[in-house]
Amino acid sequence: MKREIKGMFTGLGITFKTMMKPAVTVQYPHEREDPPTRARGVIALKEENCTVCMLCARQCPDWCIYIEGHKEQRPPRREGGRPRSVSVLDRFDIDYALCMYCGICVEVCPFDALFWSPEFEYSESRIANLLHDKDKLGEWMDTVPEPEPLEQGAEVKGKK
Amino acid sequence: MSHLLALDIGWGTVLAIKTLIVLAFIPLSALILGYVFLLKMMSHMQSRLGPMDPGGFHGWYQLVGDGVKFMQKEDIMPVDADRRVFALAPAVVVLSTFLVFVVIPAGPRLVVAPLDVGVFYALAVSSLSVIGVLMAGWASSNKFALMGALRAAAQLIAYELPLVLAVVGVVIQAGTMNLQGIVHIQQDGSIFGWSGIGNPFILTQFVGFALFMVAAQAELTQPPFDMPVAESELVAGYMVEYTGFRFLFFFIGEFGTAFAFAALAATLFLGGWSVPGVHGSAADLLGPLVLFAKVMLVAFLMFWARFTYPRLREDQLQALAWKWLIPIALVNILVTGVLKVAFS
Repeated sequence: MKREIKGMFTGLGITFKTMMKPAVTVQYPHEREDPPTRARGVIALKEENCTVCMLCARQCPDWCIYIEGHKEQRPPRREGGRPRSVSVLDRFDIDYALCMYCGICVEVCPFDALFWSPEFEYSESRIANLLHDKDKLGEWMDTVPEPEPLEQGAEVKGKK
Repeated sequence: MSHLLALDIGWGTVLAIKTLIVLAFIPLSALILGYVFLLKMMSHMQSRLGPMDPGGFHGWYQLVGDGVKFMQKEDIMPVDADRRVFALAPAVVVLSTFLVFVVIPAGPRLVVAPLDVGVFYALAVSSLSVIGVLMAGWASSNKFALMGALRAAAQLIAYELPLVLAVVGVVIQAGTMNLQGIVHIQQDGSIFGWSGIGNPFILTQFVGFALFMVAAQAELTQPPFDMPVAESELVAGYMVEYTGFRFLFFFIGEFGTAFAFAALAATLFLGGWSVPGVHGSAADLLGPLVLFAKVMLVAFLMFWARFTYPRLREDQLQALAWKWLIPIALVNILVTGVLKVAFS
């Protein structure tokens, strides 16, 4: 019985103390807090790295990436060599109305053409406008933060 | 009031003016308590801010907006409802609040009706709301509403007893049931010859005060005594079929009654409108403000408990009233009576 009564006063103390402390709420449109590191806001496309390999489109769980491309012949690098065939990106759309922000496309991209950006304020009044084309996805590249420094003792893989 | 303004006003007009003032004050008091405690204090106790935008300053307009919204809503009535009883029930609940306000003094002359049996009257009419609640629950033709109403009836009747018994101590000590008389005795009293703060009855009747607060909490069906409106099992209890304006009436009734009980507690235990040494017209001016400050203090305690404790089970709730509060109240009356005889 004594414990219960003590507990009742402890409870009152907790609510009173919480009331005296400032609230944790952030009044979003008026003030904003920095998104956490590696926040998944929007996916940015670095077009020159893309080789139209379609891995991202095939791995996408809800098929929200649309890619079209064609091959072009480029002059050979050396005199007398064969002309190079290069894949050119015609269309790269991500439909953010479908995207579930799993990040598999970013993970799977073998040439570092896709990046996470923490920007999240791109809601639209028309759902069709949530389909971002490759120009719009390219613009998001400006908002991609520098990669986090490696942890101590981590091994640097691959070529610099 | 009429001689104060040096006008010759008929008693009918005076009565109409008084009624209008009290009728206007009930929704206002509900708004004040709802905003200050339900919206803001509860939010901060849960480490959030509550509404901040409506009206510009800390969302003060939120509840007014809610009220306007309720008025615009469609008035829905179940097909099987007992139409007249269903429509009348919210009015009965608010009427009981209105009748309590009638006897609460806000100054030496600022009282609608200074009844000689004020305490008795206030506690009697405050339990009229049981009838409104039962009417609402029965007329809704809804099993949840009926369950809620029956729980409310059982609870309100159970806690009416400790409420009355807790006040008996004050009445014994004051020697009068007139609320004005009780205020005057506290104002002019002294503690062992020192009259600095008068003699508020909370000092001698602290057991009565604690009992009154617990019982009032249950009378208001506030957590931890909110079995009648337990939303996880009864949706909203007796209010479940009510929409729009009628629901607004229940809301006003709930918070208006909270204000009335806080005012009763402030009057009975904290000295009401009185400040020691202030008499006459100055007290008339200062009285309402002092009473309001004391009401807010008492209401703070009520809502503090409301936002802290979880809901009691039905049997725990009944056991608390019958096994603890009523015996303690009876012992309190006995001790008060003995001491009263011994010291006088």
